Amino acid sequence: MILTDKTLTAARKRLLQMHFESGVGHIGGNLSCLDAMMLTFHEYVGDEDRFILSKGHAAGALYITLWSLGRLSNDTLKTFHKDNTLLAGHPPASGINDILFATGSLGHGLSLAAGTALALQLKGQSGNVYCLTSDGEWQEGSTWEAMIFAAHRRLSNLTILVDHNNLQGFGSTHDVASMSPLTEKLSGFDLDIQYVDGHDLSAIRTAIDKPSDKCRIIILQTIKGHGVSFMEDRMEWHYLPLKEEQYKLATQEIEAL
Amino acid sequence: MRQQLCDALVSRSVNPDMVFLTGDLGFMALEPLQQGMQARFINAGVAEQNMVSVAAAMAREGLDPWVYSIAPFCYARPFEQIRNDVAFHNLPVKLIGNGGGYGYGVMGPTHHAIEDYGILLTLPNMRVFIPVFDEDVDAVISHAGAAQNPSYLRLGRGEIPLGFEVPKYAPWRQLTAGGGMVVIVAGPVAGTYIDAFQSLPEEIRPNFWIVSELPLEKNPLPLELLKQMSARQDLCVVEEHVRRGGLGSELALLLLEKKIEVGAFHHLYARAHHYATYGSQNFLRAQSGIDVKSVLAVVAQKSLEF
Repeated sequence: MILTDKTLTAARKRLLQMHFESGVGHIGGNLSCLDAMMLTFHEYVGDEDRFILSKGHAAGALYITLWSLGRLSNDTLKTFHKDNTLLAGHPPASGINDILFATGSLGHGLSLAAGTALALQLKGQSGNVYCLTSDGEWQEGSTWEAMIFAAHRRLSNLTILVDHNNLQGFGSTHDVASMSPLTEKLSGFDLDIQYVDGHDLSAIRTAIDKPSDKCRIIILQTIKGHGVSFMEDRMEWHYLPLKEEQYKLATQEIEAL
Repeated sequence: MRQQLCDALVSRSVNPDMVFLTGDLGFMALEPLQQGMQARFINAGVAEQNMVSVAAAMAREGLDPWVYSIAPFCYARPFEQIRNDVAFHNLPVKLIGNGGGYGYGVMGPTHHAIEDYGILLTLPNMRVFIPVFDEDVDAVISHAGAAQNPSYLRLGRGEIPLGFEVPKYAPWRQLTAGGGMVVIVAGPVAGTYIDAFQSLPEEIRPNFWIVSELPLEKNPLPLELLKQMSARQDLCVVEEHVRRGGLGSELALLLLEKKIEVGAFHHLYARAHHYATYGSQNFLRAQSGIDVKSVLAVVAQKSLEF
């Protein structure tokens, strides 16, 4: 089903509400990947397909995406980050069918996705696997182990989405590890690499739709805190929760997008 | 045990869901398995972290993955992948570590695995299998394969005296009986004691047990063993594993919890990852005080009381 602007706006607002009501941060990195995650789930992930969130700290975006599909209720979202919840700060190991793995430690998701993709091939199943990584986790050696494996095996049923917002925990990805441009670092692999605006739905669609017989990697140029002026491209919104005034202002800006 | 492992896995590979992943090991040993399994035999390369997560994902999709490497590369390098991706999800991934204990001897401490099962047993749902004899491997593969949990198989090199008839596999087996202390041993080092224990006079010959499955809460002590220990016999536990987290400490806790009073509690264990010089497995066992001579010195103490 086509993802409409109205549905996306509702999801962005609900994300802010959930984080505000629970007093929880990690908002910036959720807003940077929410657009691509919503698009992937609404338009691409069917019953035979799998989605693995490697950047587990974007659990909020994942919960909201599942909510937007009617798979998590408002009552469940209210429990986010509270005692006795299923909705922990990182995806849970069990209890939510659409969440296959408890990620959160960076550098695991791509291996899990590659293993899932190879398992589907070995079983003769036709599903595709989508894996969303952060950009900072490309500093993890295990992510490169997974990339070598996926490229070598030409896992054409695997699509890797990189939320390239250029900001990590304590600096810009460029300042911390000189990883930019990531496309150049990856270009030696036998992959189908694309670089698109991660907030342009039609550009992401075009990238995912492009036929390929190789593992596909789509680097999404995104903005941390996308849609909220005082959050955009600011590292502190990796961590900070919203105050009431900020929440009201952020919601207004999201509605005006 | 590699030959027996290969044979057992070849038999098991008729199951179309079975997948075998190796961290680039198996030369001159696993070729029959590779030829038999074709695409389901995966050389994942020198990338153990990825290999374990890939196996976790395959188990999540209903496949039956077996992961193989030299023991330390199988559990120490990819520990977080075992913890997060396998154990937290209780996925039936089987980790096979070759050369457990000091098995790689003079190759040095990077290749030793003397804290393997202690570390792995801190994880939820984990089962550990430690075959003693080469003949145990087939049964151990069946037991681990039937379990719906993560498991670790610590393989070594079986050693038995000439003419010894290996008893049928069981998680607990008694190898010798007598009036001496109770001796409980994990791993193939047990095979090196058989001759010496059998030669002891009946009154000091130990009640010699071998245990092949951990943790003990999943492999309860046999009644006969409990009876022997409850007679306030001295107890000697031997393992090619460090003191902390091993069979000795687990047994000590169990005795306290069950209020079983034994006489003296002797624990002989792998004392160091490496010593001032390097050497074979037998050299390192002697350095650690778990070779047959050292064990006999403890077991024969009893004779001083006669």
